[in-house]
Amino acid sequence: MSSGTLYDKVWDLHRVSELSGGSTQLLIGLHLIHEVTSPQAFVALEDKGLKVRCPERTVATVDHIVPTTNQARPFADPLAEEMLSTLERNCSKHGIVLNGIGSGRQGIVHVIAPELGLTQPGMTVACGDSHTSTHGAFGAIAFGIGTSQVRDVLASQSLAMNKLKVRRLWVDNQLSPGVFAKDLILHVIRSLGVKAGVGHAYEFAGPAIDALSMEERMTLCNMAIEGGARCGYVNPDQTTFDYLEGRPSAPSGDAWQRATRWWRSLASNADAVFDDELRFDAATIAPTVTWGITPGQGIGVDEQVPKPEQLAPADRPIAEEAYRYMDLKPGQAIAGVPVDVCFIGSCTNGRLSDLKAAAAVARGRQVAAGIKAFVVPGSEQVARAAEAEGLDQVFRDAGFEWREPGCSMCLAMNPDRLEGRQISASSSNRNFKGRQGSASGRTLLMSPAMVAAAAVTGHVSDVRLLGV
Amino acid sequence: MTQTHDFPQGLITKIEGRALVLRGDDIDTDRIIPARFLKCVSFEALGAQVFADDRKELDGGHPFDLPAHQGASILVVNDNFGCGSSREHAPQALMRWGIRALIGVSFAEIFYGNCLALGIPCAKASQDQVRALQDAMAQDPSAIWTFDLETSSCSSDRGHWSMEVDPGPRDMLLSGRWDATGQLLSRDAELQSTLDRLPYLNGFCTNTADT
Repeated sequence: MSSGTLYDKVWDLHRVSELSGGSTQLLIGLHLIHEVTSPQAFVALEDKGLKVRCPERTVATVDHIVPTTNQARPFADPLAEEMLSTLERNCSKHGIVLNGIGSGRQGIVHVIAPELGLTQPGMTVACGDSHTSTHGAFGAIAFGIGTSQVRDVLASQSLAMNKLKVRRLWVDNQLSPGVFAKDLILHVIRSLGVKAGVGHAYEFAGPAIDALSMEERMTLCNMAIEGGARCGYVNPDQTTFDYLEGRPSAPSGDAWQRATRWWRSLASNADAVFDDELRFDAATIAPTVTWGITPGQGIGVDEQVPKPEQLAPADRPIAEEAYRYMDLKPGQAIAGVPVDVCFIGSCTNGRLSDLKAAAAVARGRQVAAGIKAFVVPGSEQVARAAEAEGLDQVFRDAGFEWREPGCSMCLAMNPDRLEGRQISASSSNRNFKGRQGSASGRTLLMSPAMVAAAAVTGHVSDVRLLGV
Repeated sequence: MTQTHDFPQGLITKIEGRALVLRGDDIDTDRIIPARFLKCVSFEALGAQVFADDRKELDGGHPFDLPAHQGASILVVNDNFGCGSSREHAPQALMRWGIRALIGVSFAEIFYGNCLALGIPCAKASQDQVRALQDAMAQDPSAIWTFDLETSSCSSDRGHWSMEVDPGPRDMLLSGRWDATGQLLSRDAELQSTLDRLPYLNGFCTNTADT
């Protein structure tokens, strides 16, 4: 059993009581809500005659269903409009701040909470969205929940939880140029598989993690769930504090000094005990691309689609399914596979540094003929910051579309989706069958720079060879 | 066929009914309920939409479409079922189609918690045992099985299999306390004292020297 880790410390601080059945009542310090997984929770709350216990610790935005071309109200899709107006009504009725379209604060929930300084070290963060693990980048314990649990947090500001095991993933050395946090997490999931993390929190540590920016740490923790780990985290350090200082909801003045002292004390102790530990070498990781239908089916861009005999027997049935669905052959090089659509954005890779990395590839180049390429900033703040740097123009000049913020084609609950058998190069997080809105659509996951490289060449390309 | 009545309530001790076998590892919640069906403010219509795209692809040949399986209540899956998105729409869709219990090698954590919150037990068994159970069930889809939480077993005249049910959730289901809201609300005094001592809600004053 773990002890002395950040996870243990934060867990202990938020423990309210022990419940019958052996689970723990855990206080939730920050509850983030959005239009998709909250409406039924509010109905259930009202059916029970309950109020929101801590509206001041509940923050809302709208992201999944918003169109990224025309955000004028009412939305063209009446179902989307109904979802947003329901969220507006619920927030207004219960006194919850809603960061709506045009507020300057709207965006993907996992982009806006960090940039507003809402997410801080030592918090427990819950949201009805599996990518809530993102917030672990700050040394928070953050995890996705279902709608019944959203109801429970609204009603009681707490959840019935069971403590996870803590696995440390120690990453030595540094990522090479052209290799990003996205490649690191795709490499980790490829190495451990998509279910290795079930029952675990992942602590990411070591020299390679220390060197990552906050935005890169968010990318890393965001996809912990794709490896089965409901939460992943990085210990807070000076990088964390530098990111938070001056943000709207971050402490200031004397409280800032007290905060940083407390935050430092939360990091896993030097003699912390982990349930287990695995080691990786960042220097050996190449730009990584998925070829199949789970995020674990990834390979280096210089590798070939694995043959069944190269895989563990248990992995062969889903590989066979993936060859058929993706129309890729075992032994085929992934570089050179033609793409139809290139999508840069999502809670994984829709932040300013992601757009900068993609723009560096796009600058002075042209999107290849026949390719639809578009960039969706993760939030209104990201959009304005990118525009201030002229990135929107770099993308437009290269033939990309520059869109308004939202979840967009990551999950296709809005007009952005694949058609038919189209294949996308995507900076999002899931390559499941049908994920991007067409039941036969195909997704290749990769870093934003790699998506830009695919856009300008028309096929999967090693961004390191483009001389950026 | 869509069942929209008799949702789980109270003590969950036994589920009796026909079984439905769905083979494959890593079946994600996007497949259980594609995202376009999440555009709703109520769960009511989800039963008919469960596995919509997989069913369309198999054109009537999907286990959820086979006539022999209509009305089945026990779903037997393989490894890492329900991975991916946290959408409770996935267990809601299964429940509204008629599923009342699941057996598998393993379940993704959020999916498992969502099922528990609806009063749907997820029992586990080894890959070999699950395969043997699936084979036995597939031989006679009309057989009536008893999923018994008290004895942690699944049996019919085709055989008897023991399963593993995590003790906490098992206890909650057997005692009818799987709906956590009531328990959580009853500890409000303790919740308030926890709120009062959390540094980040109290000016980051962590000891008396700071206050």
